[in-house]
Amino acid sequence: MARTSPWVRRTLRVVVVAYLVLLVGWPVSLVVRATFADGLTALSGALSDPTVAFSLRLTVAVALQATLLNTVFGVGISLLLVRTDFRGKRLLSALIDLPLSVSPVVVGLAIVLAYGPRGSWFGPWLAEHGVDVVFAPAGIVLATAFVSLPLVVREVVPVLEEIGTDEVQAARSLGASSLQTFWRITLPSIRWALVYGVVLTLARSLGEFGAVKIVSGNLEGRTQTATLLVEQRYHDFDHATAYAVAFLLAAVSVACITLVTYLRPAHGADR
Amino acid sequence: MTSTLAPPTAPSSAEGAAGTRRPRPGRARRARGPRALTPASRVGLGVGVLWFSILALVPLVAVVVETSQGGWAAFAHALTTPQTAAAIRLTVLNALGVTLLNAVMGTVIAWVLVRDSFPGRRILEVVIDIPFALPTIVAGLVLLTLYGPSSPLGVNVANTRWSVTLALAFVTLPFVVRTVQPVLAELDRDVEEAAASLGARPFTVLRRIVLPALVPAIAAGASLSFARGISEYGSLVLLSGNLPMRTEVASVRILAYLENGDQTSAAAVATLLLAVSLVALVTLDLLQRTVVNRGTH
Repeated sequence: MARTSPWVRRTLRVVVVAYLVLLVGWPVSLVVRATFADGLTALSGALSDPTVAFSLRLTVAVALQATLLNTVFGVGISLLLVRTDFRGKRLLSALIDLPLSVSPVVVGLAIVLAYGPRGSWFGPWLAEHGVDVVFAPAGIVLATAFVSLPLVVREVVPVLEEIGTDEVQAARSLGASSLQTFWRITLPSIRWALVYGVVLTLARSLGEFGAVKIVSGNLEGRTQTATLLVEQRYHDFDHATAYAVAFLLAAVSVACITLVTYLRPAHGADR
Repeated sequence: MTSTLAPPTAPSSAEGAAGTRRPRPGRARRARGPRALTPASRVGLGVGVLWFSILALVPLVAVVVETSQGGWAAFAHALTTPQTAAAIRLTVLNALGVTLLNAVMGTVIAWVLVRDSFPGRRILEVVIDIPFALPTIVAGLVLLTLYGPSSPLGVNVANTRWSVTLALAFVTLPFVVRTVQPVLAELDRDVEEAAASLGARPFTVLRRIVLPALVPAIAAGASLSFARGISEYGSLVLLSGNLPMRTEVASVRILAYLENGDQTSAAAVATLLLAVSLVALVTLDLLQRTVVNRGTH
């Protein structure tokens, strides 16, 4: 549309802005307002509640562990997918995207069926060896890592494909070791893609709800994460706390997304 | 792929892990020098696949096996129970409707973001990604504040079927926008200019030139949005009220079965959901390829 009429252009702009404001912008801003309706009392009240503090600490710990696991896995698998050939590569590449389209509830159910305490595949064996997965932090980490698994791979693979292997081969032919090549050549060229992937993974991990609800057992002060606490407090009519914790979660995830959006075009050459 | 970029004389390029750099010679299958697996990358691949299996594949297989242990009769019984059937119908219909909405609105949003410039466009970019990053339970709470019982707009959809549509529209917003946007940005505008200078009306240019180029991207975004739609749970918990036969979605049924100790029925519904999203993704992948092929001939 080389010359879209200004009228069409303006109409579409208004439609889009109205749609986004009604669907996302306005509702999100209302949560901020609900949180700060009485100034900072709701927020400080929530944070001084030991159960809330515990759930926030647990959420952060779980998210960091899941992000670390997915970062190591994501970088390794991306390198293998882009730079080597092996049988079943296409299948593996397709399967890695699967977690994005699996219901969190199905993820939770799957982990319970495989590692749960009763009647599962590996649960009894794990219990004999003193490892609790379901209704324990390990299961929460597992569920969280599952749902955010493909995010690093999806960011890193396109960049690796684009940069090719010329520089790597030059370094190798000059005698650099694999590790040196990775730290000095590959990592610097994928660093922004990796940052995006890690930030997205972190945001997704902090907010996982459905899978964690099933796997954790939602034990207050033991396996209750922040998202589970929001649901419980809302149902218990402790709306002030629910809104305060929801605001904290929303603030972190919006900060993550804003960071990614503003970093991305500035380093567009990486893409 | 980058295979053409790797000259055959170069040493191993798989430096994912430290180790020997000599490519393994004499492998029967297509070991093309630098792209063959070194022993070190073989170990890396093994560890990666093992972790992926422990994390995702084994549990998902456990769901399917649990379903098959109940046999066909139990599977059919679980899915045809009126409450479950109603939940599945509600979920699929809403996911389809929202996918259609996203195909249209997502394309329009992408067009405005790429072709239009106005102050605040960058803010819209952030707004579009919010549903992707916002925890689903917070998304539900967020929608409840504007469209719930104490709505400042006077619109209360809480505990109605519209709440399901609204929640799905919220969480699936970014998919079509984010797949269409890069394609639209790369689109060669000379072709459009040429068509316009030859007398094509703007609508004709849109229908004959712009849309055909965007169809694969729209289809890809739509398939992701549908798969996400049928599997949504978190944003509905507070908003829809989970009323049996009315606002209860498939994921909620799975949870209800699980809480009642009926793992087999839970697995049956889960298997159906997995199958539907797999079929959706594969169908649209095929559709996408035929469209691309047609476009190049």
